[in-house]
Amino acid sequence: MKPPAFDYICARTVDEITATLQEHGSEARVLAGGQSLIAMLNMRLARPALLVDLMRVEPLAQIIEETDAITITAAVRQSAAMAHPVLKRDVPLLAAALPWVGHLQTRSRGTICGSVAHADPSAEIPLCLVALEGEVRLLTRRKRRRVTAEAFFTGMMATDREDDELVEAVAYPKRRPGAGYAFIEVGRRHGDFAIVACAAVVDAARMRLAVAGVADRPTARDFPRLEGTALDDALNAFAWELRGSDDIHATARYRRELVRQLGRKVLLEAAACRS
Amino acid sequence: MPKLNPDRRHQVSFTLNGKTTSMEVESRILLCDALRHIVGATGTHVGCEHGVCGACTVIVDGLPARSCLMLAVQAQGCDIRTVEGLAPSPDRLSVLQAAFRRHHALQCGFCTAGILMSLHAYLSTSLRPSEEELKEVIGGHLCRCTGYAPILAAALEAAATLRRESLHV
Repeated sequence: MKPPAFDYICARTVDEITATLQEHGSEARVLAGGQSLIAMLNMRLARPALLVDLMRVEPLAQIIEETDAITITAAVRQSAAMAHPVLKRDVPLLAAALPWVGHLQTRSRGTICGSVAHADPSAEIPLCLVALEGEVRLLTRRKRRRVTAEAFFTGMMATDREDDELVEAVAYPKRRPGAGYAFIEVGRRHGDFAIVACAAVVDAARMRLAVAGVADRPTARDFPRLEGTALDDALNAFAWELRGSDDIHATARYRRELVRQLGRKVLLEAAACRS
Repeated sequence: MPKLNPDRRHQVSFTLNGKTTSMEVESRILLCDALRHIVGATGTHVGCEHGVCGACTVIVDGLPARSCLMLAVQAQGCDIRTVEGLAPSPDRLSVLQAAFRRHHALQCGFCTAGILMSLHAYLSTSLRPSEEELKEVIGGHLCRCTGYAPILAAALEAAATLRRESLHV
């Protein structure tokens, strides 16, 4: 399994990337950490004519603290994000989920934005972005735009990104006082793709549960503060609405049961750690 | 912004086990294949070729990485370490390698180079790893011979030996 032939550009500026995307459109693919894209090239699931590598564009390797959000730009590796002190303090949900992303040996190269752009329906990084109601920042030669996480993910490995757009950064909202956050996942082995992963945000008035691995994209639902059988009924309804399907990893029925069980557990955990 | 043509070969230079290495590669050549077929450093093994098995793990700028998920052209200017660089001299094993031998932490040896590189990188940053941390490191590798227990024992012993040695310095 070897990649097919392609042109390769090692970009030095953001402008070089957007110019390349404008010129080549869907023929070009942006290469970040390569932990999904190069595997897809090896398996010939992707055959771009041109790869434009963004990892040496210095302005894209920043974790920026904004008033309400932590913004992570396109060349920030998962290992670098995990090591950054601001993450645990301000985005505890992402800090809790990152150790579940692949292995140490893939997090050393894989990026946060690359996982968002790849949009695997079972991936943890997009799940947290949806759970926290974050946003994706897209850039072309002519314009910038911001898309909410929920609008960005449009299907199985499909996003709202246009062919000439670069995922420049993703913004994870900072923890809010009075809110609790929790993450949980079930897979065959640690580091495997999740069968079901759940992220929860709970405050005084609201419980928000986001689920990956069941629908064709990470999906969130808001509930009032429910308990007991009311919570069970709400989770059961949500599990059915996600319309999971059977595959070699698990049946749809097992996935529904995981949503019910993990959903309850992760919501209670988030409620218990409210600050 | 040089554009590298797929049909042509391109100059790439990186440091391999402390020595500057230059070669000519096509843009599609993976780092693992460049190491094995161009440099001739066949200690790095190639298993699944899509980042799952861990056999091809090398150290890139201090961190373990899959060399099958990296293009050789991406290694330009990087510090690459492979299993060939572990032993201090041709007739001596490193502390970690010696612990692997003592604990029978390998049988067929196919996964060994990758596991050694992951553990070497980890022990370079932490000499007091917990068993859980080491399991997390080894968890990025598939081994079908050992059942992992001897690998874990070897890693714990190597950490203890390196700790003792660092006290004597």
